[in-house]
Amino acid sequence: MKKVTDAVILKNVPIADNIFDMLIKAPAVAECASAGQFIEIYLENGVNLLPRPISICEINRNTGTLRLVYQVIGKGTEIFSHKKKDDILKIMGPLGNGYNIKAVNKSIFVGGGIGVPPLLETVKNAKGEKVIILGFRSGTILKEDFEKTGAKVLIATDDGSFGFKGNVVELMKYENITGDVIYSCGPGVMLKSLSQYAESKGIECFVSMEERMACGIGACVGCAVKIKDGNHFTHKKVCKDGPVFNSKEVLWND
Amino acid sequence: MINTKVNIAGVELKNPVMTASGTFGSGREYSEFIDINKLGAVVVKGVADKPWNGNPSPRIAEVYGGMLNSVGLQNPGVDYFIKEDIPFLRQFDTKIIVNICGHTIEEYINVIKALNGKDIDMLELNISCPNVSEGGMAFGTDCSMVERVVSEAKKYADKPLIVKLSPNVTDITAIAKAAENGGADALSLINTLTGMKIDIYRRKPVLANKIGGMSGPAVKPIAVRMVYQVSKAVKLPVIGMGGILNGEDAVEFIMAGATAVSVGTANFINPFATEQVIDGLEEYMKKYNVSEVSEIRGIIE
Repeated sequence: MKKVTDAVILKNVPIADNIFDMLIKAPAVAECASAGQFIEIYLENGVNLLPRPISICEINRNTGTLRLVYQVIGKGTEIFSHKKKDDILKIMGPLGNGYNIKAVNKSIFVGGGIGVPPLLETVKNAKGEKVIILGFRSGTILKEDFEKTGAKVLIATDDGSFGFKGNVVELMKYENITGDVIYSCGPGVMLKSLSQYAESKGIECFVSMEERMACGIGACVGCAVKIKDGNHFTHKKVCKDGPVFNSKEVLWND
Repeated sequence: MINTKVNIAGVELKNPVMTASGTFGSGREYSEFIDINKLGAVVVKGVADKPWNGNPSPRIAEVYGGMLNSVGLQNPGVDYFIKEDIPFLRQFDTKIIVNICGHTIEEYINVIKALNGKDIDMLELNISCPNVSEGGMAFGTDCSMVERVVSEAKKYADKPLIVKLSPNVTDITAIAKAAENGGADALSLINTLTGMKIDIYRRKPVLANKIGGMSGPAVKPIAVRMVYQVSKAVKLPVIGMGGILNGEDAVEFIMAGATAVSVGTANFINPFATEQVIDGLEEYMKKYNVSEVSEIRGIIE
């Protein structure tokens, strides 16, 4: 059940250029959240009126906390970045359909840039053999957190500053990565290329999509993505029908 | 003791607070947050004769004190609405107002015919959506066209017909009079104001459609002014909307001449907004000894 609640900030610190690691106490939301879901954060400054959708990086039901790793990309996220420990954040969530984690032998997790954080909770919830492939422009985030899960972690960077020089799909081709299912989150161009790779290898692939949204609950119909429908398409909502879709359903933009 | 009941074209609402079309779906999403039974009416998202896909994404841009949208009336069509949404809404003790959209007069009439005899309370003719290339606002910005589309719609409608007006005109009172001459039973205003936002770092408009409709508290003074002018110019009841966030905002529209008010963008900012507007209106009435909404309606000379 979705809730609007006041969360207490326990931590909000930079971990990379423009990227912040926030821990909030919100037991009612943590209780029912699952991997791949998101929350809306309200700014309450009277100017930036729309709440901001932020993916959930980790869920801890014992402590009633959520970890959010977010990038400062506009006014809203910049305002969050100035929040201090013990500040109150009004949030709504958990929202959307997260990853439906399959009982398979080998799972692959593919994240790009600020799409990496929601995969951490997803990895922790999956069983069996796991391979994690993370891509960044330069440098890394959350590498140690992913390594702590015991899974194999491969890194690709555009500038070659860390690991493989190139993008995640080039790395997967180079390493001939195969498995039973892919869970992914990242920029649209990465997800499109990944879904082609998955199809060529016959791997089922789930992608978490992003789009500008207002309400976060399916009412405003702002966050449309194209979903195949016979020879045509229909628009589905990232916030309510997604954000996770099967890659075969998505009609990718050219 | 206060009485919040209002009457619009023979339909009695328990209070003057309704939802603005396109901001509340058919109520399902918000029923997880608020008690739909409390609302005067639910005005549903625009319904066309066939499913519409709407415009490409991005469709949303935040602006100072408001937002732009270019959704383009994406909707699953009238057959789906009749099958799924009317039974859902009828579980609640509230009035159902169906916003109808079309690219042509024929399409509007198809929706009206499909809804005739169905368990709804009123129709709202959307001749003011800025996000569709044909129909929508194209019908709502020309007096002779407004009169024609309204009179055609009235020929077929078996329920009271509200006509939703566009603020993107030189003289909204002329458009309002044209709708009245066409036979409208009530008017609602304002729809969104056309606006644009450019991402200066990407050197592109934020909206895929480039231009969208602006809503939110930043447009409220414009909306109040137009409700004031229109309610003085016509005899029809007026439903006022545009940036209402709380009970005080609702009172302002009522004093400007509105019989009822709609809460729109506020739903996105606060899912409890409609209930809070109702509570705020009641508090105002109690505190200032207003026993009937009509006592403050249109009191601004």
